[in-house]
Amino acid sequence: MGLLSDPNRRRALISLLTRLNTPICIVCYMAGVAWFMGLAFEPFTLRTYMSENAMGSTMVEERFPAGERALATGREFSAHKKRTGGMPVEWLMKTMQAKGLEVFTQRFSRTLPFPDENKERYMVRGTNVYGILRAPRAPRTEALVLSAPCSPGDNNNQAVGLLLGLAEYFRNQIYWAKDIIFLVNEHDLIGMQAWLEGYHHTNTTGMDWSPLQGRGGSIQAALSLELSSDIITSLDLVLEGLNGQLPNLDLANLFYAFCQKIGVLCTIQGKLQRNDWDSVSGYSHAVQTMMLMVMKQASGRPWGDHGLFLRYHIEAATIKGVNSFRQYKTDATTIGRLLEGMYRKLNNLLERLHQSYFFYLMPSLSHFVSIGYYMPAFGLLAVILLLRALDLWVQLSTPPQRTEDGVTDIEPVRGTHFKTVADLLSLLTPLVISHLTGVALYMLPIRFQEMAVEHFPVSETEAVVLTAIAVYTAGLALPHNTHRLLSGEGTEQGWRVLKLVAVLYLAVLLGCTALINFSLGFILALTLVPVAAFVTPHVPKVLSAFILVILSPACTLLFSVFFFQELQEMPISFQDGWLLFLSVISQGILDHSLYGSLVYPLITLLVYPCWLLFWNILFWN
Amino acid sequence: YVRGIFKNLHGWFINCLRYLFCCFQDRAGQFFSSGHTNNWAVLVCTSRFWFNYRHVANTLSVYRSVKRLGIPDSHIVLMLADDMACNHRNPKPATVFSHKNMELNVYGDDVEVDYRGYEVTVENFLRILTGRLPPSTPRSKRLLSDDRSNILIYLTGHGGNGFLKFQDSEEISNVELADAFEQMWQKRRYNELLFIIDTCQGASMYERFYSPNLMALASSQVGEDSLSHQPDLAIGVHLMDRYTFYLLEFLEDIHPASKTNMNDLFKVCPKSQCVSTPGHRTDLFLRDPGSVLITDFFGSVRKVELTMETINLTDPIEQLESAESGELQKEMHTYADQLPVSEIIHQKPKQKDWHPPDGFILGLWTLILLVFFQTYGVKHLKHIF
Repeated sequence: MGLLSDPNRRRALISLLTRLNTPICIVCYMAGVAWFMGLAFEPFTLRTYMSENAMGSTMVEERFPAGERALATGREFSAHKKRTGGMPVEWLMKTMQAKGLEVFTQRFSRTLPFPDENKERYMVRGTNVYGILRAPRAPRTEALVLSAPCSPGDNNNQAVGLLLGLAEYFRNQIYWAKDIIFLVNEHDLIGMQAWLEGYHHTNTTGMDWSPLQGRGGSIQAALSLELSSDIITSLDLVLEGLNGQLPNLDLANLFYAFCQKIGVLCTIQGKLQRNDWDSVSGYSHAVQTMMLMVMKQASGRPWGDHGLFLRYHIEAATIKGVNSFRQYKTDATTIGRLLEGMYRKLNNLLERLHQSYFFYLMPSLSHFVSIGYYMPAFGLLAVILLLRALDLWVQLSTPPQRTEDGVTDIEPVRGTHFKTVADLLSLLTPLVISHLTGVALYMLPIRFQEMAVEHFPVSETEAVVLTAIAVYTAGLALPHNTHRLLSGEGTEQGWRVLKLVAVLYLAVLLGCTALINFSLGFILALTLVPVAAFVTPHVPKVLSAFILVILSPACTLLFSVFFFQELQEMPISFQDGWLLFLSVISQGILDHSLYGSLVYPLITLLVYPCWLLFWNILFWN
Repeated sequence: YVRGIFKNLHGWFINCLRYLFCCFQDRAGQFFSSGHTNNWAVLVCTSRFWFNYRHVANTLSVYRSVKRLGIPDSHIVLMLADDMACNHRNPKPATVFSHKNMELNVYGDDVEVDYRGYEVTVENFLRILTGRLPPSTPRSKRLLSDDRSNILIYLTGHGGNGFLKFQDSEEISNVELADAFEQMWQKRRYNELLFIIDTCQGASMYERFYSPNLMALASSQVGEDSLSHQPDLAIGVHLMDRYTFYLLEFLEDIHPASKTNMNDLFKVCPKSQCVSTPGHRTDLFLRDPGSVLITDFFGSVRKVELTMETINLTDPIEQLESAESGELQKEMHTYADQLPVSEIIHQKPKQKDWHPPDGFILGLWTLILLVFFQTYGVKHLKHIF
């Protein structure tokens, strides 16, 4: 007889499951957290290596000579920028044409749903300027992009200067097999989104842009430059993109290989690499680097101009020049050579980068953890939900202890036999109400900001954020005892069914989230899985209500903000933290409407209603 | 006394003549010892893509040596799977270099590529070897060898244990290659054949040869990788493979009259230079490798002896009388049966040994048993399980 078809053995297994459920859940949770922390331990990671044959090693000779001239161009750019008070379009067009590129512009305009207080913009209007270097002998089927943002003030002038210097140098070479597009975008991400949408003929965010007059073929890779000083001491690589998408690891490997060849100090997450992995401080350094990457990936926002390319399956990364007063300094010529080497190697590509990993975590620039190694951490947390669901199923199947004779054959009673409409309604009502609350949380803040501004002395941004918080808190007080009206008494079976549904719903939700954005899924799992596991109507109400609120998505976000600041070694006070939290919420809403980030709808429409279901269960009686 | 001296002189003179005659005979013997009258070369590069630049450079350097030593383009079949000289990524267009710092351009301006790009396939390669080409194939794409031809075959690319990869999409196995050479032998398409292969695990490709008069060299043994030699930073790729690099250096010293033999060729690129261990196979070759000249395969040396004497042909050529006697000796000639179909068909072995009955019958019996137990009660089943 098989294990599961023998009734005696089955009963034994089931009783084992119900008796040991809580201990197994706790062990799984500890194991999941320990596995995650162990990912940063160096013997468990792999060294990075180039997977793409066509890119081979760093076997090129870099000869870029004109670093000083590039900086001078940057100064000219800055002067013209000050004079025009924005993007100096005519000067850029003239300069790019003088260097031999085909120059085109694109206008775009966008009215944000509410003013962005971080960047102080509301009605955005701008122009992108880009020049195409045509490959001398190749058909115009593929392209590479080098971009630098045109930022207000004194930022990124050197980046634009270096971009123009490289354009002039690249124009004199004959070995380009792909077109190279040099792009200067205004209003950073908004301009980049407009350009990408125009290039690919899509309009997903409702922006208004003029069509692109010149095009280059399908883009294989893109790099975005951010350089704000003449002297650079280290280069930082930024990988995290929109919705937590990462470029192919080969791009990071290429950058690292060239950093080593040329001898430039390179960092990731702004942290230098350390060699003492067996000491506590070395290990905690690696953990901090990895946690920074996890936090940045979970936020779902693009952390550089490259973040928007990833959606179109274009591998892209941002290279930031950092001036941190070290002894060893590199000049613009060396940075130019590094970029020249990278572009020559990308030129050798025959197909898009696909040989290396797309899902990974990097505890340092030379080590990585692939999806096969980090997924079990999440899997262990998801197992807890499945164990709980099994436990509930078993409880629902065993009939109440009122049978007279000894039970010989326990047939699993279908717990979902709804004997009356009331039972069905008592299950559906909390579901519908929670989801309606979620929809309200998604739609109301933006819809009613004018009304809020009329009645309260707040600005639009504050109105939006405070409305969101208000709807969130109101959800806690929603009627969660409608079942009492329907069936008179909160049945034991009723809340079990609801919890079963809620636990399975949460498992599916977190599983799907972790597949797309592991960091977001894991962080949500860390807080929501204990909630799902322990909540019943019979636990002490006040204490568990408090714990539930602490572990709710909004508080998780608040703690993440503080934790993120700690990791970056810039801890802030509670007031500043609270204001940062409010701005994070507003940025999340803006990211969703401007670039299509999915974190805000995920939290409001799916995660928050799920959490509300557990809140409902807590107050079942 | 004078007659005695004269006799001695005469005897001495006759001995001298005899000695010289023997010398001449030796030289004459040596003159005709190789047994071939023409030379062919089939040079194949099987990989495409820019980062396989070195395979094209390998093939072109052997082409260059072979041409320099006398084999004309009409007797060389050159197959290059990709065009490196005109690749968009080549910073020096129309050149293929084999030495770094661009010392030696092996592409030149008189390269004649017979099979190019996607025409380099396993099928075309085997058709060239066996001669089974469609009638429309031009002469430059054919290997028109006869039974007095010495053929040099050079293959390079990516390979493994028992196979060579063509164009990133198909492979030729060592068994196929051996069979192709056997076909060539049976059709008398070569006198002697030298097979050189420069790939990873190249020695596996000549393991299966079984036709006579084959000599084979490979750049590495089974389990070893052949390594590339030097990268050129300006071009951005590796320019040559080690084995062919040292082979080219060795061949640059050979001129059409040199007497270097195969034993020197076996010593090219020892393990210290090549990192892999080159191998060779001579057991199928009838002559001693020490007596085989390099120019027997790599060059096209015409055996020419200049003479200042006139030679009288003894009898004028008479026309043979037509066979009015009708006694022509008729010999029966038959072609060897290429595919002995009749033997294959009639020799199906009789199944003498017992084998278990078909699955169908087994299933049928199981069904019958189950039905029996179904009708006569399930409790009987409990006794079985």
